[in-house]
Amino acid sequence: MIRLVGILIGLGFTFVVLLAFVTGAYTAATEETTESATYVFHEEAHSPESGFSFDGPFGKWNLTQLQRGYQVYKEVCAACHSLNYVAIRDLQQLGYSEAQVKAEAATLQVPGINPDTGEEEMRQALPTDYFPSPYPNAVAASAANGGKIPPDLSLITKARHDGSNYVYSLLSGYQPMPAELNQQFPDFEVPVGGYYNPYFESLVIGMAPPLAADGQVTYADGTEASISQMSADVAAFLTWTAEPKLIERKSTGWPVLGFLLFATILAWLAKKQIWASAKPRNASGRED
Amino acid sequence: MSFPWAKEYQPQNGLTKFLDEKLPLPRFVYNAVGAGYPVPRNLSYFWNFGVLAGFFLMLQIVTGVVLAMHYAANTQVAFASVEHIMRDVNWGWLMRYAHANGASFFFMVVYIHIFRGLFYASYKPPREMIWLLGVTIFLLMMATAFMGYVLPWGQMSFWGAQVITGLFEAIPLVGPPLKTWLLGGFAPDNAALNRFFSLHFLLPFVILGCVILHIWALHIPGSSNPTGVEVKGESDTLPFHPYYTAKDGFGLGVALIAFMTFVFFLPNMLGHPDNYIEANPLSTPAHIVPEWYFYPFYAILRAFTFDFILPAKLWGVLAMFASILVWFFLPWLDKSPVRSGHYRPLFRKFFWFGLIPVMAVLFVCGGAPAEEPYVMISQLATAYYFLHFLVILPIISSIERPDPLPFSITEAVLNSDKKAVLGENAEPAV
Amino acid sequence: MASTTGNAETTPDTSGGVESGDGVRRRDFINIAAVSAAGVGGLAVVYPLVSQMAPSADVLAESTTELDISTLEAGQSIKAVFRKQPIFVRRLTPAEIEAANAVDVSSLRDPATLDEITKPGHGNVLVVMGVCTHLGCVPLGAQEGENKGEFGGYFCPCHGSHYDTAARIRKGPAPTNLAVPDYEFTSDTTIVIG
Repeated sequence: MIRLVGILIGLGFTFVVLLAFVTGAYTAATEETTESATYVFHEEAHSPESGFSFDGPFGKWNLTQLQRGYQVYKEVCAACHSLNYVAIRDLQQLGYSEAQVKAEAATLQVPGINPDTGEEEMRQALPTDYFPSPYPNAVAASAANGGKIPPDLSLITKARHDGSNYVYSLLSGYQPMPAELNQQFPDFEVPVGGYYNPYFESLVIGMAPPLAADGQVTYADGTEASISQMSADVAAFLTWTAEPKLIERKSTGWPVLGFLLFATILAWLAKKQIWASAKPRNASGRED
Repeated sequence: MSFPWAKEYQPQNGLTKFLDEKLPLPRFVYNAVGAGYPVPRNLSYFWNFGVLAGFFLMLQIVTGVVLAMHYAANTQVAFASVEHIMRDVNWGWLMRYAHANGASFFFMVVYIHIFRGLFYASYKPPREMIWLLGVTIFLLMMATAFMGYVLPWGQMSFWGAQVITGLFEAIPLVGPPLKTWLLGGFAPDNAALNRFFSLHFLLPFVILGCVILHIWALHIPGSSNPTGVEVKGESDTLPFHPYYTAKDGFGLGVALIAFMTFVFFLPNMLGHPDNYIEANPLSTPAHIVPEWYFYPFYAILRAFTFDFILPAKLWGVLAMFASILVWFFLPWLDKSPVRSGHYRPLFRKFFWFGLIPVMAVLFVCGGAPAEEPYVMISQLATAYYFLHFLVILPIISSIERPDPLPFSITEAVLNSDKKAVLGENAEPAV
Repeated sequence: MASTTGNAETTPDTSGGVESGDGVRRRDFINIAAVSAAGVGGLAVVYPLVSQMAPSADVLAESTTELDISTLEAGQSIKAVFRKQPIFVRRLTPAEIEAANAVDVSSLRDPATLDEITKPGHGNVLVVMGVCTHLGCVPLGAQEGENKGEFGGYFCPCHGSHYDTAARIRKGPAPTNLAVPDYEFTSDTTIVIG
């Protein structure tokens, strides 16, 4: 009985899903599918020429690069993008001394309360404060940027596929719209206030090229500030902000794996040795 | 219970003698996973996965309790509290990555455990109750995992909660009020987050309880084995300890190496980048996908795109639930006198060339965007899925002629050189 | 995996304790090593599990407090927060200093002179934790108009502990003087606590 009901139910579901398949196949066969421009011209993110120092299982931070990246963030990105989950004290991990971090904090203003009047006012930041947002709230951020809120950058390299390379490619990938695109998709156009960037999902990004000219930032360590260099530096910095424990994690992983390998080999030897004594007495398990 | 030749626990010293009289816990352990539990001697490595599932359950409970010490279930701060765990809490990143990847490994291990049961028809009498409890555990796991994924309050958390509770809307009449009741509001918000946290903390202990029942039920008939022939005499079995404790220890080592590789070197590979964006009720991500372990069921849900008497959405929901509930009925759908797929030529073909590839296809399609050709492929795969369990399995179990079975486990082991029956995992050497 | 050692007559031998030469002992050694490795691994896991409950980085970062006492006048106190606990800073009047120094130190429950409690050169600035050493209540006396107790210092209302003008316990159940945190003067008017 159960089997009969089961067969009927099974055939029922099969029938309905095959109906859906047939109608779907009919639609697919009769309707022309048009390829979209985003599908054809979107490009996958790629790494900087020399890669990132933190790539791979043995990667390490390049602290001077992170410091350069912080400089790019501070002088360029911070005008629009927040860094909500990063505390100013965290900068010590980039190789700055406690005093330097304190001085850096003093250059930043965060919302506070006047201790005498209780009125809201800006005060000097302390190292324990988090990086202040450029806008007081989301509405202000949206209003100042044509309806689009500049995303928080703390986690951006984890919030995008292949994030470090994505940030690098996006920042260094602004270019004029290719002529082939126009020929292939005459309807496609870059709207006012948009910029063509093949690394952005929809090909049109609302952010004006933030790194527009070589030498836009003057690096303290004398590194030549090409667009590619600045993009790579800030991508490295944002990798750190997204995953500050990245290197600690990898360097903890190796001893753990090494120990596990050792313990597993021991376990295998022990298992082999214990099982060596496990032989059936003889073939006649029969008791008939 | 158990076999007459099972070793009896002998308390060795004053303390264990005292305990044995007052609270025979050592005896209990001895009989459950010690030398007092005789186990078929021919288990392959596929039989390691039950113990591994138990390990990952405990791992999830331990890391979960730790994370709950630092997490805050409030939409204002939930996302930030997870970042606090990742950045400031000592070893917080390790706890969180172990918990997130632990869920994936738990499911991976349980899937292998389930499909081992399907191939060796471990659900057949006298082990129906073990199987029913197992499917119950799997359903509880799905509920727990879903609610856990909502807690970080990222974009996928929010939209996953929206979509899955939206499924209940498909139920005629009571659907919409039911969804509102489940969420405690009209969209996922504080009320939903708090109750999900509460239940996410509770359900693992319910799972643990079911696992204890699952193991209890197992100890009544004893473990199944790759031949499917029941234990006939003492030479068919080995004591669980030290034989299977040693084997499980080795298996655990291998599993931990794989697990730690993910935790330390690929911690976000099984996750979705969008969940590192804080939940935004006003903007839906381009492709909403569940965690990978739900892909096959998500593919079945989306395969129903045609209104036939009932709306397509309701068909999808019914089919998704039916695709798991059908497992409950397997002991009565499969009437073959033989258990093991090794001795069932027709069953074996449908298993390896039907069910397994179809599951693989459903995994791929469930994670792919809802566009052609994935939808059409998943429709065919869904059709096969239901045909397999509800039509093919009952019919072939009636018509197929099984291969001759070995007389006993011992005989199968002794002949394992001649017959490739047990494969390379025929453990006890001859 | 068929190894062909031994014969089919061997029975499962789980004792491993038969003294039949090096072979058995070596095999024992492997088992002991494997179990020990599992034990070491288990112990290693305990470390992060314990350490996660210790103060996190953001809590530790707030473990120093900087105070500006330039506006603090003699006889006045300020109440600040150090590690989420109250801290009292009082600029003592000459009369209070005198009262503190007049006490016979050996008669005190927790002997200490005012000079030992304050910093050299800043003998009129009393910095103590506002946490009663009895059971952790916040004593009164730091704010204008509060009960300063019988000895003009601080008074804990929970169980009636009286502290004098050097924050020493004089009467009541508290076992020791109010605790003095680690602090230093970075300038004449700035204190860094912690």
